[in-house]
Amino acid sequence: MQAGTLSKFLKNGAIWGFIVLELIFFSVAGEFLSVSDKAFMDADNMLLLFKQSAPIGIIAMGMTIVMINGNIDLSVGATYAICAVVLLDSMTWPMFAGLGDGVIFVGWGLALLTGLVLGALNGLIVWKTGVDAFIVTLGSMLGYRGLVFMYNGEQPTSHLNWTLVDFAEAQFLGLHTPTWFLLIVTVAIWFLMNRTVHGRNAYAIGNNREAAVNAGIRVGPHMMINFMIIGFLAALSAIVFYSESGSVNPNDGELYELWVITAVVLGGTKLTGGAGSIISTFGGVVAIQLLRKGLAHIGADTSTVNLVIGLILIAVLFLDRQLNVKGREELKV
Amino acid sequence: MTEQKPVLRLEGIVKTFPGVRALDGVSLSILPGEVHALMGENGAGKSTLMKVLGGIHQPDEGQIIVDEQPTVMSGPLDAKAKGIVFIHQELSLADELSVAENIYLGELPRKKFGLVDWAELEAKTNVILEKLKVGFDAKTRVGDLSIANQQMVEIARALTVDAKAVIFDEPTASLTDAEKIVLFEVIADLQAQGVGIAYISHRMEEIFKITDRISVLRDGQYQGTVNTAETDEEGVTQMMIGRKLDLSRNESHHELGQVALEVRGLSCGDLYQDVSFEVRRGEVVGFYGLVGAGRTEIAETLFGLRNPSAGTILMDGEEVRIHSPYDAIERGISLVPEDRKGQGLVLGMNCRDNMTLPQVDDLKAGPFVADGAEIAIFDQYRDKLDIRTPGWKQLVGNLSGGNQQKIVIGKWLSMHPNVLIVDEPTRGIDVGSKAEIHNLLRELAAQGYAVIVISSEMPEVLHVADRIVAMYSGRVMRTFTSEEVTEENLIAAISGLESDKVA
Repeated sequence: MQAGTLSKFLKNGAIWGFIVLELIFFSVAGEFLSVSDKAFMDADNMLLLFKQSAPIGIIAMGMTIVMINGNIDLSVGATYAICAVVLLDSMTWPMFAGLGDGVIFVGWGLALLTGLVLGALNGLIVWKTGVDAFIVTLGSMLGYRGLVFMYNGEQPTSHLNWTLVDFAEAQFLGLHTPTWFLLIVTVAIWFLMNRTVHGRNAYAIGNNREAAVNAGIRVGPHMMINFMIIGFLAALSAIVFYSESGSVNPNDGELYELWVITAVVLGGTKLTGGAGSIISTFGGVVAIQLLRKGLAHIGADTSTVNLVIGLILIAVLFLDRQLNVKGREELKV
Repeated sequence: MTEQKPVLRLEGIVKTFPGVRALDGVSLSILPGEVHALMGENGAGKSTLMKVLGGIHQPDEGQIIVDEQPTVMSGPLDAKAKGIVFIHQELSLADELSVAENIYLGELPRKKFGLVDWAELEAKTNVILEKLKVGFDAKTRVGDLSIANQQMVEIARALTVDAKAVIFDEPTASLTDAEKIVLFEVIADLQAQGVGIAYISHRMEEIFKITDRISVLRDGQYQGTVNTAETDEEGVTQMMIGRKLDLSRNESHHELGQVALEVRGLSCGDLYQDVSFEVRRGEVVGFYGLVGAGRTEIAETLFGLRNPSAGTILMDGEEVRIHSPYDAIERGISLVPEDRKGQGLVLGMNCRDNMTLPQVDDLKAGPFVADGAEIAIFDQYRDKLDIRTPGWKQLVGNLSGGNQQKIVIGKWLSMHPNVLIVDEPTRGIDVGSKAEIHNLLRELAAQGYAVIVISSEMPEVLHVADRIVAMYSGRVMRTFTSEEVTEENLIAAISGLESDKVA
């Protein structure tokens, strides 16, 4: 075995090993501690798990490309909420009353357009002002959330369209509609990042921005496209979730950005950009959902779940750092 | 040769930066099929000239003429499109990407819908890699390659287009001898195809081996072009360093005290190996060498910023281990770093706070910082070092380079060190202040400090040092006393030419 192969294997396969570990742990612990008499690895339970990971997972795919690109987007939770409001509210607008169930497509279209525009706005500001994406999207996180409250105050926005609910609750080939959305997005984004020039340039920009500029890559437009993609995906995530639930609170989606970033980082994407994998992000999303579900399965409450996930995240980053140290002669900082 | 049309011609290029005339009427022409060396000391303007050529800077005056057509270079990609290709000394690679992606960075071959044409990319890349006879393939991750192989990837970029002129900036800095031979074959190939080559290097033996003509820059001014066959190392060296520079040796020697710092067989991985030297109290030891020779890394090791892989450090005859700057300061070692603004000062803080930064922990009045004591320290060293500032409240960022450097030096002097290491003390400092800093360093030695000066400027080391340690690619080539050193034997030593008398 070549030197470094082991650490590389550990790095790339870590998330899947972690998932297996979780499955074993919760299956065994579940035998003794479970509050229900169902096995943890029950097929229905697992299908549900995928369905529940969809809202975070879809956004996480967008976050992965934005982070590979060397940026970050903190405004996804707020974008998600705005898009949900647009989706549900637009279906009740009188001007679309004659469309019947066709209004569903109008609602979807408007929600996706909203996500796209909000993402483009983030991207444009980052591109044209050169302000760090962290700050820009911190600002838009607050600003977009403000828009949600301006729209309907503290009131929830509700609308149930039963055709839509049926669609969202359907199962095709055993998998729920949200699961299909997650899988399709994962495949599409994987394809984008690994097969297209845009994707490869995004890696190059995040990895060595100066080299990318020197090679004549236009950094700004690539970044803006990626922000548009994550905005679009935040909207898609809202569609997937609210088509079923039919009611959005102005606080919905808060802390989503942190869950999403946690999943992406668990999947091994570097905070500094340039490295990361869509498939591993998928693993990160599943791992977090497993942890939440598993801990609930053995009777832990939500606060314990957050504590455990927090600890694991720090442990993972520490491990990653240890595997990446360049040897003893490295300059200490 | 006169009937040949130059592929690339520069006419009277002038480029000024605030306060500096970096290029002053430089003219140069590169003929097809020739290797044209561009030489000059550090800071002579070579890299600025390259940046002008590459469109990173626009010249204030003068013209770039490609194929007899006056041209404006709008950027690196524009230059490449016009057939001017750069091979940078500092690697500009994306280490997470594959070799093929790096070689075609920014120009990945496309299929429909913006898809990358992987098959074509790999095929094209492997053709180039075969030419370079390297031991890796298109799919290798660049981060997994050695520095030398990464340099080969950089070189491979030159072969992706139909180049008219290729500019190599110190391409052999990190190559082994075998890899150099391959590189020279590649250059010969390009030459045979009628490509003009500009070759920047400090290494005389390479220059005389592969180049046809040599142009020399000094202080931003064009010194002339000579045919390589009609000159020799001494001639070129004279053109490079000129006669007007003050190359006076340091004459005054002080009473030497005990050995303050001794280093035996110190190594740090690939950075430098088997370095031994000693510094006495009252002595200034100069470290001279090219960028990347390992001088700064030695200083960083002594200051506890790097862990040595072998060797011992002795202070006052006693073996010490230095794990961190905290240890180093405890033992009386101070480092005035190379990058004054980045590493030496907190630009947004005022003069006093910068100066007392390392000892602010000890300057307390109860739980509070002792303002009075801090101001007293500042006043003392402002007078001692003649720091010109309106007052201690002045932000350090607003001071001139020379005064900033004095603040850094004052900061360490106030810690009463035994050994003061000064890395590039006068970089970016005007001539008048340079002399002041030099005098200051001599004075400090006279007061009994052991001083190490790292410098890339020959006049500087000649001027301040009692002894000069010449380094070449991580090794000490020779140690000179100020009596035996000459410009020629010093240049020979730092160029890696084995001199008859090895230290």
